[in-house]
Amino acid sequence: MSHNERSMIPIGPYHPLQEEPEFYRLIVEGEKVVDIDVRIGYNHRGIEKLSEAKTFDQSIFIVERICGICSSSHPIACVQAVEDIAGIEVPERALYIRSIVQELERLHSHLLWVGLAGHFLGYNTVFMWSWKYREPVCDIMETVTGNRQHYAMMKVSGVRRDIEPEHVSYILKRLDELLPKIDMLKGAVLDDPVLHARLKGVGVLTKEEAINYSALGPTSRASGIPYDVRRDHPYAAYGRVKFNVITQEEGDVFAKAVVRILEMYESISIIRQCLDKMPKGPIDAKVKDVPPGEGIGHVEAPRGECFHYVRSDGANSPVRHKVRAPTYMNFPTFKATVIGQTVSDATIILAAIDPCYCCTERLAVVRPDDPNKTVMSAEDLIRLSQEKTMKIKNKMGIVC
Amino acid sequence: MSFKLNVLTKSIYVFHLSSGSCNNCDIEIIDALTPRFDLERFGIQLVGSIKHADVLLCTGSCNRLSAERVRRLYEQVPKPCFVVAFGACGCSRGLFKDSYNTVEPLDKIIPVDAYIPGCPPKPEAIIDGIVKLVKKLRDTK
Amino acid sequence: MTAHELIENLRSKFGASVKDIFEKSKKRLYVTIEPNDITGFAHFLFRDMGCRFNIATAVDSFDCFEILYHFSRDDSGIVITIRAKLKDKNDPHIDSITPIIKGAEWIEREMHELFGIEFDGHPNMKPLLLADDWPEGVYPLRKDFVPEQRDDRG
Repeated sequence: MSHNERSMIPIGPYHPLQEEPEFYRLIVEGEKVVDIDVRIGYNHRGIEKLSEAKTFDQSIFIVERICGICSSSHPIACVQAVEDIAGIEVPERALYIRSIVQELERLHSHLLWVGLAGHFLGYNTVFMWSWKYREPVCDIMETVTGNRQHYAMMKVSGVRRDIEPEHVSYILKRLDELLPKIDMLKGAVLDDPVLHARLKGVGVLTKEEAINYSALGPTSRASGIPYDVRRDHPYAAYGRVKFNVITQEEGDVFAKAVVRILEMYESISIIRQCLDKMPKGPIDAKVKDVPPGEGIGHVEAPRGECFHYVRSDGANSPVRHKVRAPTYMNFPTFKATVIGQTVSDATIILAAIDPCYCCTERLAVVRPDDPNKTVMSAEDLIRLSQEKTMKIKNKMGIVC
Repeated sequence: MSFKLNVLTKSIYVFHLSSGSCNNCDIEIIDALTPRFDLERFGIQLVGSIKHADVLLCTGSCNRLSAERVRRLYEQVPKPCFVVAFGACGCSRGLFKDSYNTVEPLDKIIPVDAYIPGCPPKPEAIIDGIVKLVKKLRDTK
Repeated sequence: MTAHELIENLRSKFGASVKDIFEKSKKRLYVTIEPNDITGFAHFLFRDMGCRFNIATAVDSFDCFEILYHFSRDDSGIVITIRAKLKDKNDPHIDSITPIIKGAEWIEREMHELFGIEFDGHPNMKPLLLADDWPEGVYPLRKDFVPEQRDDRG
């Protein structure tokens, strides 16, 4: 590649680990990325239109399947939007159960992310171990809700299933076992000098750009914006428990990792407080009718704010149901974080926003003079990223 | 053919293809490789290139943009290659069958050899499905 | 800033351009404006009032297209929604707010694709979600959209 020659590198639409298809074009000059274009739509399933043909109860099941990992966030936001229309009061026990399920989801999502990030960087042990320690969280979900994912827990005016007394001690025991494992992962990731060299200063999203793009979740908190729906627009039981909103100032990939890892501790604390404070009582206000009106529901999903708008005309189905997932706003921050960085950092910068493509919608590098020729595949880019880590290790004299 | 099949069933290389899914199935597939379930001890591996695939594990409800690519990818795979439709979406488009963007179920686009239902199928179901596929292949030799 | 203060600020800045304000609750405000005024309101809320842009929702109502722009005032937990009604359903136009708010680029592309609304001055109006072979002029989220006939429809 000559110095001035531009090439485009494709990553995707099908790459072996990050399994949702999407299509980014990276335009590179030598080693540096100079522009990026994104084509999503590989996951577009027409959910908003489908929702209009279903009853309010049925839409929740569709909405749950917007994204596998935000599998309780979207339903909670959806039912809250409907409850907002009618001013429905949800029983207190149900509010606590919603928070517990959502924090468990945050735990398993952040563990998943740590694993994927580890893989992209060539730390496959971190990948295997964090996914292994994710399993007990999935076990808790299965015990409490009946399924490892897609919990079908939420309904308008309450929750579908109660947390039985015998589950409480089971959950607490599993969380006690998980805590030292998170400590270990935290040490492995945050204290590693190679990862410091690899991730600090990489893919920086400035506070100003984060505001311009309306970035959300850990992506914006890592850039110093202390916005968290749980604290700022309290819902479920979050107004009744104490927790910290974790922020960092640097806005780089490392800062995003720090935010996610520290949030896991907050999640465990919130679940413990909820289990302790949860009152006895009904879990469903059994409201059947939704009057005409419009409502908004938003929650803090693991990736950021999920926002739902529902309009009703008094019938059984929504007239309009707008779904906005957090990755939809975080995705375009690519323009600010990838441009000017090297190709070998592209995959980890991509992964740093924890993109849930199915919420939104995948990467490619192609030669401009022959657009049909693939110069690099996603596998190549991941390999480049892993090789960069090896080079840094060798430079530091670290034997692995 | 039977020699190839014999070798294939001893160590299956799986290429994972998502045609528009919520990602849960995709996560459960990767989960099956992690220490608790550890599919790799059976010689089953995920491969990065379609050219190395013995089994095409398809998730997702085949939306318009993906359907054409699924067809093309199937044409590129060296045969014999067996297709497994994974998850409710892969089997029949699941909840999304009435959407304007999901046109045909997977088995109308490419021939499917095995179906693993579930939303998402648990890793145990994946193991069960692969075992059944291997048995079917060995019985047809 | 309370909802009350936000309303006062809007009224004193825009006067009669604020056609209607509905305070659904202390946390939910709905403000109706003329479509021509959208860039002024977007700039005021985003730049002057420090509100965050949440998303925009297009709705196919029977007599118009409504576009709802949702903003959040996070320090007080308020969601303020600006409603603009586009009366001409055959040729719906409104100014793009993307030059003011970068985060609005995608949703305006999506609304254009799924509803057929034109966003004047949008810097990058390209398809976002639908397939390349999706027929021109067919907008799936409109109420008059007729899905294609398929044998497997019950």
